[in-house]
Amino acid sequence: MKLLVPVKRVVDYNVKVRVKADGTGVETANVKMSMNPFDEIAVEEAVRLKEKGTVTEIVAVTIGPAQAQEQLRTALAMGADRAILVEADGAEPLGVAKVLKALVEREQPQLVILGKQAIDDDMNATGQMLAALLGWSQGTYASKVELSAEGAKVTREVDGGLETVQLKLPAIVTTDLRLNEPRYASLPNIMKARKKPLETVKPADLGVDLTPRLTVVKVEEPPKRQAGVKVASVAELVSKLKTEAKVI
Amino acid sequence: MAVLVLADRSGTTVSQPTRSAVAAAARIDADVHVLVLGGSEAAQAAARLAGVTKVIQADGPAYEHGLAEPAAALLVALAPGYSHLLAPGSAMGKNIMPRVAALLDVQIITDIAAVEGPDTFRRFIYAGNALATVKTADAKKVLTVRAASFDPAPAEGGAAAVEAAPAAEDPGVSSFVGAEIAQSERPELTAARVVISGGRAMGSAENFHLLEGIADKLGAAIGASRAAVDAGYAPNDYQVGQTGKIVAPELYIAVGISGAIQHLAGMKDSKVIVAINKDEEAPIFQVADYGLVGDLFKLLPELEQELG
Ligand SMILES: Cc1cc2nc3c(=O)[nH]c(=O)nc-3n(C[C@H](O)[C@H](O)[C@H](O)COP(=O)(O)OP(=O)(O)OC[C@H]3O[C@@H](n4cnc5c(N)ncnc54)[C@H](O)[C@@H]3O)c2cc1C
Repeated sequence: MKLLVPVKRVVDYNVKVRVKADGTGVETANVKMSMNPFDEIAVEEAVRLKEKGTVTEIVAVTIGPAQAQEQLRTALAMGADRAILVEADGAEPLGVAKVLKALVEREQPQLVILGKQAIDDDMNATGQMLAALLGWSQGTYASKVELSAEGAKVTREVDGGLETVQLKLPAIVTTDLRLNEPRYASLPNIMKARKKPLETVKPADLGVDLTPRLTVVKVEEPPKRQAGVKVASVAELVSKLKTEAKVI
Repeated sequence: MAVLVLADRSGTTVSQPTRSAVAAAARIDADVHVLVLGGSEAAQAAARLAGVTKVIQADGPAYEHGLAEPAAALLVALAPGYSHLLAPGSAMGKNIMPRVAALLDVQIITDIAAVEGPDTFRRFIYAGNALATVKTADAKKVLTVRAASFDPAPAEGGAAAVEAAPAAEDPGVSSFVGAEIAQSERPELTAARVVISGGRAMGSAENFHLLEGIADKLGAAIGASRAAVDAGYAPNDYQVGQTGKIVAPELYIAVGISGAIQHLAGMKDSKVIVAINKDEEAPIFQVADYGLVGDLFKLLPELEQELG
């Protein structure tokens, strides 16, 4: 079975993100970029499914700038077989889902595994949108995936605990944090990844219109909290919470 | 045109985040309808919410467990009557609403933190490091609501009629197998007046119970950092943060939590924050109203005692 894994290039989670002075966005120049952490989990899951023998080929995809090749190379080094870069900057989840739909129609995978959210726009939407456009089943926030020829049994992280759903294939799965711990690519695998095929296409080649629907009016710093006081003892804390803050 | 809110059930009633979504909807239009999937008692509860003018209840096995595919199909069937479709940003709302949006060829706006106008909303990006104001060109709007940003609509005050939902197709591509939902006497994390959360420093699942006595005395919900959940000290649904739950209680007590930006994203709107940490340089103290420097294993028993 073939599997598609979309990944996104984002500002690394360790970077202290700064809002641009002109209010048009956040500083991304000279900032460390990485694969979205949830997508690393998606690639890892795909590789594990291949190691188990259920999956025969993994195609990694990104919709992003030319530099997003770096993230595709990371996916290849982790174990993906080939990669596709769709060159487009700043596409919205709906547009990304449309590009992915076109690639799904071309590649015919049985399963697409994506991160549940990208840590830049925190939108949490692309997987569900792709499932909608394809008319496929969706298993979001997965903490366990059991794949067989008949379908995918997905355990999901939900508000009160865990929920399990059975999905007919083809299906979409989005990853949550507890699904697995992604491996680090070994040096030999990084070398090998350089020789794996990486194809570049344009959204227009796929017949997809990426005109954004949203306009960013402004981006600003959220209100800052002021640091308060240090208390010397539990007794002082409880007394302050009672008489000063009046919350207990 | 009326606006529709998809409710999240909480037992026999609707969840508090649903009431926050109703409050957000009321900023858009006075005609607020609520869709309840399964659960006639919850539909009655929705009808009593202040500001709700009509409740639509969908019965049937496809809706009982909130499966995304049939729920989205139903919302799409209802969509022509509404300018805006909303849901709380709960696991249910986040699962279903993007699917609805794509079926309608709409770019969803998730986790709105403010309504600036019928087509303009504010939302946090980059783990709460930035606040974006976005305007949509889509005719129909599909939104999820960051509950911590809207005071919930009062649970009583309305007297809306309850109608049965129209029949919609069930795509039949998924089925519910089972759930492990913890039963707890404690309030829900996103609705609690007080939250006490433990971090990696709790050290073990047994030690995590040290928080319970205090939680009981304060009527608090218990939360956790990602590190504590990953280590197996606490269940996944306890996670507070950018990629977990967003809470804004009257009082938030962070115990042995360093204060990573991803954690702060989930709790920095709390009214009063208390931090207990042995490292006086821990970033959590930069957002805490009251900081107590010391060893949690000594301080937690003292706190439980002091609360009487
Ligand atoms: C994609 C992604 C998503 C994430 N999402 C979230 C999220 O939603 N929520 C979240 O919380 N994190 C999230 N994180 C993780 C986050 O970056 C931090 O790693 C995590 O919050 C750290 O948890 P912690 O504060 O419990 O642990 P640590 O950072 O290890 O802090 C432990 C603290 O305990 C203190 N301590 C140690 N011993 C004691 C003692 N005996 N008494 C008192 N204090 C003590 C230490 O001084 C330290 O400050 C995410 C990370 C990524 C990459």
